[in-house]
Amino acid sequence: MRLTQLCITAFISGLVLVTPLQAAEYVIDTKGAHASINFRIPHLGYSWLIGRFNTFSGLFSYDEENPSAAKVIINIDTNSIDSNHAERDKHLRGNDFLEVKRYPKAAFVSTSFEELDNGKAILKGDLSLLGFTKPITIDVEHTGHGRDPWGGYRRGFKGTTKLRLKDYGIMFELGAASQEVELELIVEGIRQ
Amino acid sequence: MQIKNDQQHYGSLAITLHWLVALIVPAMFALGLWMTSLTYYNDWYQRGPLIHKGVGVLLFVTLLFRLLWRFISPPPEGLSSYNTFEKIAGRFSHILLYLLLFLVLISGYLISTADGRPLEFFALLELPALIHGFEDQEDIAGDIHLYSAYCMVGLVALHAIAALKHHFIDKDRTLLRMLGR
Repeated sequence: MRLTQLCITAFISGLVLVTPLQAAEYVIDTKGAHASINFRIPHLGYSWLIGRFNTFSGLFSYDEENPSAAKVIINIDTNSIDSNHAERDKHLRGNDFLEVKRYPKAAFVSTSFEELDNGKAILKGDLSLLGFTKPITIDVEHTGHGRDPWGGYRRGFKGTTKLRLKDYGIMFELGAASQEVELELIVEGIRQ
Repeated sequence: MQIKNDQQHYGSLAITLHWLVALIVPAMFALGLWMTSLTYYNDWYQRGPLIHKGVGVLLFVTLLFRLLWRFISPPPEGLSSYNTFEKIAGRFSHILLYLLLFLVLISGYLISTADGRPLEFFALLELPALIHGFEDQEDIAGDIHLYSAYCMVGLVALHAIAALKHHFIDKDRTLLRMLGR
C-alpha cells in the first residue's frame, strides 16, 4: 500500500515537472467505482468466462494540445480478482494462476501514447504481472469528457488488449481456445 | 457381540463406526490432494470435488452420531495397565482428533459456500450457505482446510502407531478391543 502511494506521489511530481501548464492530471475514479478492469477468456471454446479486478488505483495525464505526452499508471491488487464464484476465485488466486500471496500487485506504466484520427489511440506500456514485466499495447477509444454535475471535470477512455497466459508463466492448460485472456479497462478520471 | 459398549468392551456399533471413519478419512485426504492437482480436461475434474463434498457431509453426520453415541453408551475405561502419561495422552489425542476432524469438515464447507452458493450433496440435495461473504473467506477457509487436514492426518498416524505399540510392544488388549475382542 505504502509503495503504491509512493509510486503515485512520485508519478504526480513527475507529471508536474515535465508536462506543460495546460496538461491535466486525472485520478481514476475508483472511489466512486466509475472505472473497472474486466477480463474475459473463452471457456472450452464454447462460451466466455468474465471476471474483473475489484481493487486498483491509477492516474493519467492528458492534454488535448499535446496528446502524445499522455501518461498512465495503474496498480492492481491481484487478490481482488472476482469471477463471481468463490471456488474458482480461490483457484485463480492460487499457484496455478496468479499466485497472489507471492505477487499481490500488478502494475501498468505507459511508455507512449499515439493519437489516431478516429477517436482512437494506441497506448504502449509495461505490464508487471507475476514477476514478469513485459511491453503491451492497448487499443484505446476516447469515450467522452466534460464537466460533471458536481463541479468536477471528467474524461473517459476504454482500453482493450490481449495477454497470452503463458507469457506470464501461467501454465495451467485451459485448452486450445483459451490461450489468451482479453482485458478491458474502463477508465474514468477526475481532473485534479 | 452386543451393540452397546460396556465397561470392558466396545460394542459393535462403536467398532463399525470407528473403522468406517478410519477408512474414509485417509481416502478423503488422498482424494482432496489428488483432485486439486488434476488438469482441467481430466474426467475427474468435476466428479472428484463432488464426491469429496458429498462424503464430507456423510462424515460430518457420522461424527455427530459418534459423539452422541459416546453419551448414550460411553466407551470402556482405559486399561488398568496404562500409565498416567498414556491415559492423559490418549484422552487428549481423542479429543484433538474430533476437534481437527470438525475443523477440516467445517472449513471445507466454508470454502464451497463462501459466495453464498449452497453445498452440493451429490446430485440429491443442496445444503444452504449459513456463513458467507467474509473478506477472502474461500482463501482463509482453504488454508485452514489444508493445514488442519495435514495436522489431523499426522495425529491419525500417531493414533495408529500408538495402537500398534500397545499391541506389539505392550502386548495389551488396546487394539484387540477395537476389533471386538
